[in-house]
Amino acid sequence: MATIQVDIVSAEGAIFSGEAEMVFAPGALGEIGIAPRHAPLLTHLKPGEVRVQPPEGEERFFFVTGGVLEVQPRLVTVLADSAARAEDLDEAAALAARERAREALEGGGGEIDLEQAQRELVEAEARYRAAEKLRGKR
Amino acid sequence: MAVGKEIRTKINSVKNTQKITRAMEMVAASKLRKTQDRMNAAKPYAESIRRVIGHLCQAGPDFHSPYLETREVGRVGYLVVTTDRGLCGSLNVNLFRALLNDISRWNDRGVEVDLCILGAKGLAYFRRLKINIVSAATHLGDVPKVADLVGPIATMTNAYKEGTIDRLFLAYNDFINTMTQRPTISTLVPVEPVDAEELQDHWDYIYEPDAEELLDNVLERYLEAQVYRGAVENVACEMASKMVAMKAATDNAGKFIDQLQLAYNKARQAAITQEISEIVGGAAAV
Repeated sequence: MATIQVDIVSAEGAIFSGEAEMVFAPGALGEIGIAPRHAPLLTHLKPGEVRVQPPEGEERFFFVTGGVLEVQPRLVTVLADSAARAEDLDEAAALAARERAREALEGGGGEIDLEQAQRELVEAEARYRAAEKLRGKR
Repeated sequence: MAVGKEIRTKINSVKNTQKITRAMEMVAASKLRKTQDRMNAAKPYAESIRRVIGHLCQAGPDFHSPYLETREVGRVGYLVVTTDRGLCGSLNVNLFRALLNDISRWNDRGVEVDLCILGAKGLAYFRRLKINIVSAATHLGDVPKVADLVGPIATMTNAYKEGTIDRLFLAYNDFINTMTQRPTISTLVPVEPVDAEELQDHWDYIYEPDAEELLDNVLERYLEAQVYRGAVENVACEMASKMVAMKAATDNAGKFIDQLQLAYNKARQAAITQEISEIVGGAAAV
């Protein structure tokens, strides 16, 4: 039976690569089944399961939180998102990033600059040791 | 023998430092290898998504995506990728210098600058300067995650969509090889359209729901992939730079120890000579 090459990749690395008789993916307008020699197709994916049926062995499942599906006659590429994304989630993350910048700018606050503290500690220690030495000599 | 006690203590202390720098060098070397693997792992995604954008642009040359149009510049944004930790040579400083050059060029033309900073070093540096920092993310670790980058990226892309900034740049260190890292400032938005000639085989896709809607969607992912690549490359640069810096430190410690050892030997020899001459002098007097 004919097979089709399937690549599932995310920005952080390849997730799956292999031959399949059939691939199912949660398309934006509903679940899509892709057999070999499917017409070229581009769509984005909803969160859900990508199922790959290899010629032999068991069906493989991959969970995607979204992404883009590209179908060429001999190749299916799933560009999976590596992060769960939703409008409100992005918004919250953006807000958090903004907050961090503000906090850092105001200085002090919760997080102490570790490196700065370490530098000061080393300096204080050196001073202390020097003082000890002076006292010993006297 | 009491001679040279101070020198001996100093030799030991330098030896301890040398052990630490040597360990750091080896840690950086092993992390560098892993990071290089990650750089390669990110490639297929970036290439595929660029190809998809090419197809989409060709499908409808008259699409209007805010990410594709060039606007009059009134304010620009920079995403600055820096390291979280120091001890990595002049890596960050070189990037800051290149960036400040760029920024002052914009300022000369009356263009304001917004910054979004990734990495504690950049934040510590730029908060002392009078440049508007919009958002920041620190402590991304040696394995940057796209999930951690989405927020800071969104602040900048939203600002772009709202028209607050008219151009977005990415500043990071480009990993050329272990010895060379180049500070790089590249344009993120507007996205350069992909040339049709780059597409080897082209066929008509079925677009679901439609090409225009897909385009925005894909472009956002493309930007994220770009920033992620910058972040990973910067980590590779950090490790390479740290490795080189720590190797230099280890070598210097070795030289220092040799010098101290020489001084110690001389002092010891002088003491022995003196003792002998005292004994000889004493014996002659009897």
